[in-house]
Amino acid sequence: MFQNSIIIENFKNISKVCPIKKIQFYNSEITLIVQTKYILEILLFFKNHFLCQFKILTCISGVDYPKSQYRFAIVYDLLSVRYNTRLKIKIFTFELASVFSVTNVFSAAGWFESEIWDMFGVFFKNHSNLKRILTDYGFQGYPLRKDFPLSGFIEMRYNETQKRVINESIELSQEYRTFNFLSPWEN
Amino acid sequence: MTFKKKSLVKKIKNFTINFGPQHPAAHGVLRLILELKGEVIQRAEPHIGLLHRGTEKLIEYKNYIQALPYFDRLDYVSMMSQEHSYCLAVEKLFNSKIPKRAQYIRVLFAEITRILNHLLSVGCHAMDVGAMTPFLWAFEEREKLMEFYERISGARMHAAYFRPGGVYLDLPKGLLADIYIFIEQFNLRLIEIEDMLTENRIWKQRLVDIGVVSAKDAYDWGFSGVMLRGSGIHWDLRKSQPYEVYSEVDFDIPVGQNGDCYDRYLVRIAEMRESMKIIEQCLNQMPNGPIKSNDNKLTPPSRQEMKQSMESLIHHFKMYTQSFTIPANETYVGTEAPKGEFGVYLVSNGTNRPYRCKIKAPGFSHLQALDHMSKGHMIADVVTIIGTQDIVFGEVDR
Repeated sequence: MFQNSIIIENFKNISKVCPIKKIQFYNSEITLIVQTKYILEILLFFKNHFLCQFKILTCISGVDYPKSQYRFAIVYDLLSVRYNTRLKIKIFTFELASVFSVTNVFSAAGWFESEIWDMFGVFFKNHSNLKRILTDYGFQGYPLRKDFPLSGFIEMRYNETQKRVINESIELSQEYRTFNFLSPWEN
Repeated sequence: MTFKKKSLVKKIKNFTINFGPQHPAAHGVLRLILELKGEVIQRAEPHIGLLHRGTEKLIEYKNYIQALPYFDRLDYVSMMSQEHSYCLAVEKLFNSKIPKRAQYIRVLFAEITRILNHLLSVGCHAMDVGAMTPFLWAFEEREKLMEFYERISGARMHAAYFRPGGVYLDLPKGLLADIYIFIEQFNLRLIEIEDMLTENRIWKQRLVDIGVVSAKDAYDWGFSGVMLRGSGIHWDLRKSQPYEVYSEVDFDIPVGQNGDCYDRYLVRIAEMRESMKIIEQCLNQMPNGPIKSNDNKLTPPSRQEMKQSMESLIHHFKMYTQSFTIPANETYVGTEAPKGEFGVYLVSNGTNRPYRCKIKAPGFSHLQALDHMSKGHMIADVVTIIGTQDIVFGEVDR
């Protein structure tokens, strides 16, 4: 089905020239963990190397691990039509650091990076148009961080006296209940 | 009296207009800032997020079963295809195989969904461009397909029918026969729609050579599905990375040549034909047997068992209050949804809730390239290009 074997064979050679920290395999899925500062070069390499040809950037996802020192994982999903293979490249970063934008390598990265900036607050350097893409104009906070509450901080309503929609801080008649345990009856 | 020539030539600034968010051709809530030079587009900047509901955040607070219905509501014209990606992702993390019959039912309904989506996409596209009739015909057929949805799940659109571990219920009696009757008459409807459009002079004037995307650009902008195949790239996840029983059914992948809107229209029509072929094969090859996996950790007991045995009742109760837990792991699963590759990147952490569920919507990448596709075209062509991209805001904004 997949031509992963060719890629895997090559990884032995590739890891000699590429600064790859870790290679993970799971169910024919390959994940590479690389250093944040080399992401641009690594993606350029995998896009153009003859035996990889990962020409399509499928998506970029962010994951928040608030307990670790480098709390954000950013995962680049690549697809090689030529070899029928997928590859995940993962980097780790934190709030104060920034990541190089890869829009020069893949045009598709533009909105995905904006989305991560919007949702997690990871800043991308050299991005031509980094903006809050999904949230409202003038929104504050980074909603997909684990410390952002599900209900958010503001609510909107139409104000009859001012004749316009206004933002207010949210008022819940009952606090949102999160059940952080597995089973309702154990413990 | 003499004029200075300089003062006669006035500098004309580009004209910026706002398109949407309430515009019938915007397919929902697209807001476009168009910079025009005369009638020619210089820059088209989409503003999205007006339908953002925070699905990904909500899913993090729901258990694996409760998260499923959110997927119907992303792209609300191809519901089951999205459940499909999610179910496959959960099954992959859970390491579970589903029985043959369930796989056939899934493929059958995934293809019905594809016809459902392409009918809307071609119909609405035609209406945006000016042809009203195909739209009405397409919606009549869509209604019949939604009846099939209703007969298996009780809901016309938001079915929540594919479940991790199989499907929710077995097919009702007589459904397969009715689907067969539908396929037979649908072929004629499709020919009629094609009669109206394919050789229509106005349709061709509006679509041919509009929004041309080269293969290289299609790669660069991360296109998938019809948008990729329209540009001549032979790539379909159903063929290249087959899931379920797509390796056992016989179908072709229609591929365009020029990468313009007209080719993508033809690819959509041809894909409906292929879907009909797949549906017919599914009807003929539909095996008997269970419709969900017998892994009791993943699937609830049947209604009948539940009424007769106490253990099943407890099992059912635990299943729906506590759901199942998945050990810490992560996976990316993409399937060929009608609009393109719909992917789910699921991160589990050993609890009964997803730690992170990133949804890769095909429309997001396509809409991003709107600026690239519409540059240099006339303002009326923007409508054609939005139509050909088959944008639905439920999935773009999530």
